[in-house]
Amino acid sequence: MSGREFVSGNEAFAAGVRLARPKVISAYPITPQTVVVERLSEMVEDGSLDADFIHVESEHSALSCAMGASAAGVRTFTATSSQGLLYMAECLPYAAGGRFPIVMMNANRSIALPWNIYGDQSDSLSQLSSGWIQAYAQDAQEALDLALMSFYIAEHPDVSTPYMANLDGFHLTHTYEIVDVPDAIAADTFLPPLRTDNKIDFTAPKNMAFSAGPGHNAAFKYRQHAAMLRVRSVAAEAEERFAGIFGRRYTGLTESYMTDDADFIIVTLGAVSGLCRDAADAMRARGVRAGVLRIRYMRPFPGIEISDALRGAKAAAVLEKDISIGKSGAVFTEVAGATDAPLSNYIGGLGGEDISEEDILGIYEDLRSGRGGVHFLGIGEAE
Amino acid sequence: MIRPYLREKGAFAIGEYPEGTAFTAGYLTSRNGGWRSERPVIDISKCVMCSQCYLHCPDGTIFELETEKRYAIDYDFCKGCGICAKMCKPGAITMIPEGTA
Repeated sequence: MSGREFVSGNEAFAAGVRLARPKVISAYPITPQTVVVERLSEMVEDGSLDADFIHVESEHSALSCAMGASAAGVRTFTATSSQGLLYMAECLPYAAGGRFPIVMMNANRSIALPWNIYGDQSDSLSQLSSGWIQAYAQDAQEALDLALMSFYIAEHPDVSTPYMANLDGFHLTHTYEIVDVPDAIAADTFLPPLRTDNKIDFTAPKNMAFSAGPGHNAAFKYRQHAAMLRVRSVAAEAEERFAGIFGRRYTGLTESYMTDDADFIIVTLGAVSGLCRDAADAMRARGVRAGVLRIRYMRPFPGIEISDALRGAKAAAVLEKDISIGKSGAVFTEVAGATDAPLSNYIGGLGGEDISEEDILGIYEDLRSGRGGVHFLGIGEAE
Repeated sequence: MIRPYLREKGAFAIGEYPEGTAFTAGYLTSRNGGWRSERPVIDISKCVMCSQCYLHCPDGTIFELETEKRYAIDYDFCKGCGICAKMCKPGAITMIPEGTA
């Protein structure tokens, strides 16, 4: 399968994973992630992907199994969502501290209670400190491309850190788009086989996944942090290489839309970004200098890029699909630490609620009127 | 039986640390036998080499000596949990409070 295909976000990601040729996939199904692992299991079954697909009894086991496979030195993939991500939460820092370059697709979904299967970003944003690279796709093409680039970045010797690629549940995982699927030879040119010394090797035995007491512990965290910061340059290298082979160019940790001269900027992430760009166009047609800054990576955090993009803005708003109960949106907190621009926060899309273009136009109007604060779309300002 | 042993080295400079927790065994670890309040002691005359203590030790601190056919305990890492003494059917392992002879 290569060329132009009409596929869902999940299917696009699965197509990208197949091109990356992982040797082990371990996963437990959960809506709305199910389709990505169903497609991959079909590919293993029909022989179009030479991998072991390991059915496990839980997400905790899925990631534990992936760590074991990665420690055997092979390219490894898993996928989850929502409660599943939280159930494997114990294993997330384990994989990161062990520096196992596992790639995981997370289908962004609400977390209970109230129980809800629809999309928001509460799951992954609750795990920002887990040591995983976090990327957020905006459409199915980017999802496929991230699937390929994620392995390149995660496995790069300067990084060697697990990578979580986030797709908005349903809005992206279950909507269909025409997607360009690269051919396998070009994909092999882009992505070299995994080479790592961080594996079980009988010719060079070593202690793996060990404990480190007070005297050594911080050194490991420091090295992890330093490696995460190197993702900025390694992602740029991956994207340059990707553009050279496939002709599609990505823009690093953020993507700017008309921010250069913008007075009012919405900072957001994921699939709602496209609607924000439409709203910015509509505001421009009304003579308002509106822009959009899309966060592509939450880890490493694009503080420099955000600071630069918001420097000339009169006001900016962070629109996000999560609430860190008792504070604000988690992304708002992080963005506020990176800019001096007057900043407000809009919480929307919780539990799959639709965010309309009118909602976004309303945010721009609020910015023009100098309104600040933390707002729940459709409800009002938080007390 | 090849088992890791505690290796000593001066302080690690930050650049000497491995990327991630994978390194030659015996380095970058610290003795934690000090957590122990009781120590297991093997009475060799009662030991039948059944290996139950070796198999059940959760920390892998029981090992067969290379020089003679008997088990020994790595007190640098034994936490004194007493599972070995419970598993020892001939009663060759006794838990002795630390600080006593």
